[in-house]
Amino acid sequence: MVNTKINLSGLLLDNPVLCASGTFGYGYEFAELYDINCLGSFSFKGTTKEPRFGNPTPRIAETPMGMINSVGLQNPGVEKVISEELPKLRRVFHKPVIANIGGFTFEEYTEVASLLDKEEGVGLLEINISCPNVHGGGMGFGTSAETAAEVTRRVKAVTTKPVYIKLTPNVTDIVSIAKACEDAGADGISMINTLLGMRIDLKKKKPIIANKMGGFSGPAIFPVALRMIYQVYEAVKIPIIGMGGVTSAEDVIEMMLAGASAVQIGAQNLVNPFAAKEIVEALPSVMEKYGIENLESIIGGAHRG
Amino acid sequence: MKQVFFEILSQEVIAKDVMKMVLGGDTSEIQGSGGFVNIKIDGLFLRRPISVCDYDSHTLTLIYKIVGSGTEKLSKMENGTVLDVLTGLGNGYDISKAGDTPLLIGGGVGVPPLYKLCKLLMAEGKTPTVILGFNSACDVFYEGEFQALGARVLVTTADGTYGTKGFVTSVMDGLDYSYFYTCGPEPMLKAVHKATKTSGQMSFEERMGCGFGACMGCSCKTLTGYKRICKEGPVMEKEEILW
Repeated sequence: MVNTKINLSGLLLDNPVLCASGTFGYGYEFAELYDINCLGSFSFKGTTKEPRFGNPTPRIAETPMGMINSVGLQNPGVEKVISEELPKLRRVFHKPVIANIGGFTFEEYTEVASLLDKEEGVGLLEINISCPNVHGGGMGFGTSAETAAEVTRRVKAVTTKPVYIKLTPNVTDIVSIAKACEDAGADGISMINTLLGMRIDLKKKKPIIANKMGGFSGPAIFPVALRMIYQVYEAVKIPIIGMGGVTSAEDVIEMMLAGASAVQIGAQNLVNPFAAKEIVEALPSVMEKYGIENLESIIGGAHRG
Repeated sequence: MKQVFFEILSQEVIAKDVMKMVLGGDTSEIQGSGGFVNIKIDGLFLRRPISVCDYDSHTLTLIYKIVGSGTEKLSKMENGTVLDVLTGLGNGYDISKAGDTPLLIGGGVGVPPLYKLCKLLMAEGKTPTVILGFNSACDVFYEGEFQALGARVLVTTADGTYGTKGFVTSVMDGLDYSYFYTCGPEPMLKAVHKATKTSGQMSFEERMGCGFGACMGCSCKTLTGYKRICKEGPVMEKEEILW
């Protein structure tokens, strides 16, 4: 029997397959289709302090082997997430869940984090630092090592749960930002968020997405994600949750060999709602095929000898 | 929602760039009228949402317009091809509010969902009037099918090459109706919203990511809160719509 168990900052996962924030809601749409307790865990929809409608539509465009989205963090706000969504989530998912947190000021991150810190079913906080800093000229928190580290320090000060910082790939040097987060006390790195992309409608001769640009995801970005995870693994000692274009158990193993301790499935959930379940089910046989007995032992395996 | 593998039984051109496709397979998850299915097409990442025109216990009829690479590929698929389809999506029309003489207003490829609706209304003993609006004579389809159900049918074309010249609203003056149901392009929906004298239900379209409520790609604002076109829609009440 192969062993798929992973210890992620003290969180004991039955397997490393997680679902990515924004592609899995609060779990209950998928729980109508299959028992989502087969997953290692999942990261729920990005939560901000206030309710947000998000961006105008169209918010979605297709690309070869992927898609672009510009949803704009639509969510009911942290109070409603705690009072309405989490109770519904707990009825269908009985393992610790990952809380994904967004913010537009340092204070918003800490307020939302301190509220979700009190929630028993939340096992880990994943901080999305791709949002624009409204007091910093709109520059993303994740685009400078200083602001990324500052968010990390402030969130760490208000929670006892493990804090993973979700990095944007739209930077010149993701390694230095990952290191800054580690130095500031992050328990782990979550990477990569979507790549900034665009499509133009030939008939209308205008961008398809109302906000013009959006986050590019799907299998097309897998090699970019893999390369960045490989680079960051070399530079930091804290664990990495890898994501970006994962569609199969083989991709999960490849990303773990690059350095990921766990792997999130994102866009693939939207085109195949059974994707994560199918990957969990395929994992043991794919491990056997490649002679892997203990999944935890292959983390970063591509860096050795 | 249910994932079903359907076999293409037939495909035919019924108007310019408009295809009618009949699929065979499990339709148990499809209910009422006004819902949609989401079809996986090999080589394309996102599924293609298409409204349900008609169904029985083992066949599903879809009518779609060739507008891009997805529908182009779909139109070239041969009989016997198996399609991965998510079925039972969307809220659909509520026929309990129809009254005795409902008005059904369809524009272009907004016409198909009204067909099953018309059937259901007639089965309830209602007397529907149907307005079908198209751009030109070459675009007209399903006039005969609605007539065969026994409904009164009025056809308009924008260029006057068939039926009454003008838009669907051009033939609404003087009509007496208890309620209305509509589906079509947004400018038409706006005009219908303004021209109708009664309450009604309107079906909307939006670019979708997943089609089942997970990605928030197709959200809209309404007077009753934020709604996902794919989940709490595509059908909305006239009174809740914010233009």
